[in-house]
Amino acid sequence: MSALFKSLSVFLASSVGKKILVALTGAALVVFVLGHLIGNLLIFAGADAINEYGHFLQTAGHGALVWVARIGLLTCVLIHIVLTIKLTKENRAAREDRYGYSHTIQATKSSRFMIFSGLIVLAFIVYHLLHFTLHIGNNYSTLTTSIHGETVHDVYRMVIQGFSWWPASAFYIFAILMLCSHLSHGVSSMFQTLGLATPRTWPLLQKISIIYAAIIFIGNSSIPLAVLLGFVK
Amino acid sequence: MSHSLNLQLKVWRQSSTNAKGHFQDIVAKDIPETASFLEMLDIVNQRIITEGSDPIAFDHDCREGICGACSMVINGKPHGPEKATTACQLHMRKFKDGDTIWIEPFRAKAFPVIKDLAVDRSAFDRIMQAGGFISVRTGSVQDANNLPISKEAADSAMDAAECIGCGACVASCKNASAMLFVSAKAGQLNSLPQGQPEKHRRVLGMVKTMDEAGFGNCTNQFECEAACPKEISVRWITKLNRDYALATLHDAVTAPLSTGGGGD
Repeated sequence: MSALFKSLSVFLASSVGKKILVALTGAALVVFVLGHLIGNLLIFAGADAINEYGHFLQTAGHGALVWVARIGLLTCVLIHIVLTIKLTKENRAAREDRYGYSHTIQATKSSRFMIFSGLIVLAFIVYHLLHFTLHIGNNYSTLTTSIHGETVHDVYRMVIQGFSWWPASAFYIFAILMLCSHLSHGVSSMFQTLGLATPRTWPLLQKISIIYAAIIFIGNSSIPLAVLLGFVK
Repeated sequence: MSHSLNLQLKVWRQSSTNAKGHFQDIVAKDIPETASFLEMLDIVNQRIITEGSDPIAFDHDCREGICGACSMVINGKPHGPEKATTACQLHMRKFKDGDTIWIEPFRAKAFPVIKDLAVDRSAFDRIMQAGGFISVRTGSVQDANNLPISKEAADSAMDAAECIGCGACVASCKNASAMLFVSAKAGQLNSLPQGQPEKHRRVLGMVKTMDEAGFGNCTNQFECEAACPKEISVRWITKLNRDYALATLHDAVTAPLSTGGGGD
């Protein structure tokens, strides 16, 4: 048991081990982001569709499933952030004196601003949870509607009211742009760190990474835009 | 008749490891374009010596691109602007008359400056001592074809073995990470039959020593691959990541338990 514990603590202290954990937690969040998007796009299928979906999430497994998901996601987010901040600090310490003539050969802009795009997404997550989950500073929790004779939370009207205030929509779209930048490097990077990329698969993984990031951006920004432009009301 | 160049050099001067460094402006007149970059520095140094000043210290050895001693960053790129070329193999015909050239040492906490452009790369030696070898019976040569290996696998290992250990990967990495060097050295042995018995302890030992030396972490930006004078591929980093996970699993779960010797 002590040998097992020792090997794992060596792994967690190593650069490669920390990166593998960042990749694994990132993978979980990548999957979540797509699921979250698909669910949200139900808004275009009408009020009943998204309200029923919201009610399903709230009540699945007698309301336990949503908490399992929340705790799991929160753990992933925490591990991802704590380790990346630690890794970034180590990276800064590894080169104290900067070059007089700074030059970048092929590193993408997205890859160079991962910590910034990541921290902006973090700020967005906090705002997003206060806005639509905890309903701080608004009365969205009082919005109700009825489906099949049951009174449920009116997600549809909450989204429309939330995005009708343009500064909120603007911040959402900006944060999604940052997420898109983060994913365009992160998705393919994840495969490289987990040792799953090969010279045969790498060009494909890079394309998937960019297409995935684009889908997340277009899908998510379409909702506040649709509300602001009056397509969804 | 070859042309000659007049250049403006901005050279990093640092008298010792802990001294504060600065860029010195040096005018390099009448440099033949047939000279190599190091020969250009030789000419400049000869003039500095004639003036009675301190010449620019820089590392060099074979001057034919195979020893890995050159350690200078030229206009922000380790070994200069030419792809797959060491500084000693870079020629002045690649520059234009009147160019300003910035020359600085490889910058990394794990590579402290000794003087001017010379840096201490003994961290790489420590990494090699931690696993960059195989333990073999020495003596007479064994029979040919005793260790079957495919041509493709042998060629692939040779690609990694091309690494000359110059440290350009560290110098170009935004995080001063040594992953390309370590992965090439470990990967070369890990993909050959002779490297198998010590594979797991090699990977764990080399990564541990790399971390202790104060190199940064790889962020998959692949500046290393682009700067490498031997064009070592980042696929070796992928392999090291994979081998590290497997070595941890082996060490934590499947490795034979040590009974301290002496049998049952």
